Amino acid sequence: MTDPRFEFALRMGDNALILAQRLSAWCGHAPALEEDIAMANVALDLLGQAKMWLACAGELEDKGRSADDLAFLRDARAFRNVLLVEQPNGDYAHTLMRQFLFDAWHLPMLENLANTSDPRIAEIAARSAKEAAYHRERSTDLVIRLGDGSEESRSRMQLALDELWPFAGELMAADPLDEELFANGIAPSLADIAAGWRSYVDTALADATLTAPADAPVRKGGKSGLHTEEFGYLLAEMQFLQRAYPGARW
Amino acid sequence: MAALAMKPSLEEIRGWLEEVPDPEIPVVSVVDLGVVRGIDWRGEELVVGVTPTYSGCPATAVIALEIAETLKRRGLENVRVETLLSPPWTTAWISKAGREKLKAYGVAPPVEGASCAGALKPVSALVECPRCGSSKTERVSQFGSTPCKASYRCKDCLEPFDYFKSF
Repeated sequence: MTDPRFEFALRMGDNALILAQRLSAWCGHAPALEEDIAMANVALDLLGQAKMWLACAGELEDKGRSADDLAFLRDARAFRNVLLVEQPNGDYAHTLMRQFLFDAWHLPMLENLANTSDPRIAEIAARSAKEAAYHRERSTDLVIRLGDGSEESRSRMQLALDELWPFAGELMAADPLDEELFANGIAPSLADIAAGWRSYVDTALADATLTAPADAPVRKGGKSGLHTEEFGYLLAEMQFLQRAYPGARW
Repeated sequence: MAALAMKPSLEEIRGWLEEVPDPEIPVVSVVDLGVVRGIDWRGEELVVGVTPTYSGCPATAVIALEIAETLKRRGLENVRVETLLSPPWTTAWISKAGREKLKAYGVAPPVEGASCAGALKPVSALVECPRCGSSKTERVSQFGSTPCKASYRCKDCLEPFDYFKSF
């Protein structure tokens, strides 16, 4: 039986990796120079975090797979990221809203994991939490400014919120693995994380004059390897080099 | 250089590492930056413990390489650079000399105690302009040319500048 921490490290690592890959596509194309730089920086932080989580997963699995092997040589069904992070960049409002909904979960999750009983998970989380704090500050600030902005920016942000909201629930929907990890004192209770997430998000959305959809269905599947159609295209681009030239080194 | 007949002291090795520049901000050394967390002889092998700054900082790999190269030039062949993730690096580890060098280079040094806690509303640290010393500055973006910097602007001398953000 596989170590549940292996699956968990994949989930954390794949979330960071896939969001980093999405954000990287903005490099050189963002609407303002400062934002271009900010997104490249956030992507870089997430990529570094992904490398730590995937290296940890590889060691837990103990089959000799490196972080690179896990990133570049797995097929879609073996990825454990939530559907939210693989959603296409869309317009800038969608990119920002996706980031905000993720950051609002990521920071408390990492802060909690920094105190877990597993020393390896704790040290990765403690480092990553410091970066996630800067990510959440930026995405919150921009959601408020653009939500409470012009008519055009507000309507785009509201549309992005309506479309992405159903995907946020997967971050906090506990499955048997989450429950096992919580019972073993490794991961926090996702119900607790959800309560904190909701209160933070509601406060920011109120400031942003945006309204979260009521009774939206939760769209999930990524945590167990069932991804959206867009995901295959993302992997095709991200993994191209290692697939076409196996073992190529920088 | 030929291999040394005697093991140099840890103090001496530390002095050599003070000559290894940070690849992104070459006025400060890796020792000034506080990323060198331990120098130890383990038998015949010298182990240098390095704590990376930001998780994705591309300078991390270069720093490890430069440390090994510098020590090799000093005659130390058997060197291993070990990555230490915990405790996480903090700007509080930047030396006093390092802070002064940053300022002289035009990068405002970190204001400790002002690190980001993921606040709902951004809190700006009181950052002094490294050019004119004015404290009338404003943050343009919390991200900058490298992961460790934020972009600021001075409202007195009107110059843009980098701030080495508290972390």
